[in-house]
Amino acid sequence: MTATMTERKLTMQKAIAEAIRQEMERDESVFVMGEDVGVYGGIFGATEGLLDRFGPDRVIDTPISETAFIGAAVGAAIHGMRPIAELMFVDFFGVCMDQIYNNMAKIHYFSGGAVKVPMVLTTAVGGGYSDAGQHSQTLWGTFAHLPGMKVVVPSSAYDAKGLMISAIRDDNPVVYMFHKGALGLGWMTHNPHATGPVPEEPYAVPIGKAEVVREGTDVTVVTIGLSVHRAIDAAETLDAEGISVEVLDLRSLVPLDREAIVESVKKTHRLLVVDEDYRSFGMTGEVITTAIEGAFDFLDAPPIRIAEPDVPIPYSRPLERFVLPGVDDIVAGVRGLVAA
Amino acid sequence: MRLHDEAIVGAARGRHDLKEVAMEIPRDDLVAMYATMAKIRYFEERIREIYYEDKLPAFDIAAGPIPGEMHLAAGQEPVAVGVMPHLRPGDAITATHRPHHVAIAQGVDLGRMAAEIFGKDTGLGHGKGGHMHLFSVEPSFGCSGIIGEGMPVACGAALAFKRQGKDNVAISFFGEGAANQGAFHESLNLAALWNLPVVFICEDNGWAISVPKHASTAIADNSDRASAYGMPGVLVPDNDPIGVYEAAGAAIRRAREGRGPSLIEVRTLRLWGHFEGDADAYRSEEYKQEMAEHDPMVTYPERLIAEGVATPAEIDALTKAAHEEVDEAIEFARSSPYPAPEDALRHVFA
Repeated sequence: MTATMTERKLTMQKAIAEAIRQEMERDESVFVMGEDVGVYGGIFGATEGLLDRFGPDRVIDTPISETAFIGAAVGAAIHGMRPIAELMFVDFFGVCMDQIYNNMAKIHYFSGGAVKVPMVLTTAVGGGYSDAGQHSQTLWGTFAHLPGMKVVVPSSAYDAKGLMISAIRDDNPVVYMFHKGALGLGWMTHNPHATGPVPEEPYAVPIGKAEVVREGTDVTVVTIGLSVHRAIDAAETLDAEGISVEVLDLRSLVPLDREAIVESVKKTHRLLVVDEDYRSFGMTGEVITTAIEGAFDFLDAPPIRIAEPDVPIPYSRPLERFVLPGVDDIVAGVRGLVAA
Repeated sequence: MRLHDEAIVGAARGRHDLKEVAMEIPRDDLVAMYATMAKIRYFEERIREIYYEDKLPAFDIAAGPIPGEMHLAAGQEPVAVGVMPHLRPGDAITATHRPHHVAIAQGVDLGRMAAEIFGKDTGLGHGKGGHMHLFSVEPSFGCSGIIGEGMPVACGAALAFKRQGKDNVAISFFGEGAANQGAFHESLNLAALWNLPVVFICEDNGWAISVPKHASTAIADNSDRASAYGMPGVLVPDNDPIGVYEAAGAAIRRAREGRGPSLIEVRTLRLWGHFEGDADAYRSEEYKQEMAEHDPMVTYPERLIAEGVATPAEIDALTKAAHEEVDEAIEFARSSPYPAPEDALRHVFA
């Protein structure tokens, strides 16, 4: 963390809401729209307090019409505004993906750079609380696969604020995904990693820069979102066994900080990739390919991956725990890598 | 017009409150509408002719100076030209996969538009979009290859104008096929709910590729769907530039005054196939013959002459000038260079 540290601590949820509030105070063109972003303050609290502060003209509750309001965000962005549109759960993208990947993400390219679409699409991702297969997915690999939109996924309150500020100021569409289990919500399982120091003043965390959140020498664990917390917990356990784990938090999938992946693998010679998204055709394959392309001669063992095993996310607690990456899975994976 | 199925049209008509005030149409507008129609039709004819260069005898969609799909708007000129006299700088338009007539009428740079269709570096998008993805900043124009995609975007442009305290309006053109997309219903609801300065203009050419309107749409007139969203709906039944002019004028004035959105449906004609290369076998020769008899490029100038608005010599002069402008744009496009292949990697991000 590079910016000024303060003693004040916030949950990730409050850090996101603060970032939006400060940007709305700074820039009249920033406004928020989505389902339940007003009186409710966002189902996950991302827009908490904004309606009282800015009123219904700038914090707009929408009908359940994702195609209309995400498309409207595109139109408003083209015409001088900086909208933040909230897709309540990323799982809902099926009803509006055309506006996202065919429209929002392509207009700048089609126009040869003449038309800019500076908007943020915020959305909640992730499982672990038995919300079943239409409210628990991460799907960041799907968005990252499609060109023309940046994709960021903060894991800490500090990054959540700084990345939101960067996203709002970016002249490109940015998909900003927050993991429900990392927000520090009172109604989710308590997560001590969800709260952290957050400077009061506005600051930007650059999009496209990964961060080594824990230094180590034996194995690199590359991951994103809530799995960063899982990897840190695993690293603590492994530390007691004399295994030194480096945890690299990608923070952004688009742009992907390939250099950081390659540098860490060159240092540790072993790579484990952890992803809460589906295993095949996704982030784990991309990260491992990056390591092989950039650090093949440095690898002492074949890279391995822990990811959702290509099944819909099941409801029942033991079933869901089985498919989502857990601390124990990471510990076992690292042990296996070191033994290889 | 019998070309649209009167059996299902029956007595249904849209609410005509947009026509509450009979308009005095300035002669200049009547004549300018013809001039623009002439420009559109000749542009489409030239594109059509060039499109087939090097594609025949065995049709190869990828060959020739203009590759890919080509959706031309011959017959739909009145829908575009009737709207444009009411526009002001700063107004925004979203159009469809069949966009040329609207872009030309709005005044999008004709040479850069032609160059984009040819895939040239001088094109509006430096060759990245092609004929279904034409974008212009001034005037503000966009279109899309996805049915109904531009309708929410127009709502967003209108929302921006409202937020910014401008009296600009957004116009969303779409086909009658798009009126069965969710985007249509979501957009109309949103526009009415938020009282947005949008005018939705349905270009009802009667055909969603090969499927006639009566086989796709549960009611006779999409203009009637306006009442479901609490906005005025008006039907222009006869592909008449003057009818469009009146309906659009009232709707645009209403939007500018902060009185909210309107829906206009124009029964127009798609004289040619859905796209070039379409054998158009799903429409009878009799139908095509009747369309030709109602070709607005014949009927409208005849009417201007018959009613003493313009002389035959004036019409000829306007036609000639339009052709010259189009020829110049086509020549610019032909003679422009292609983009460097590696430019494909540029402009993903700003």
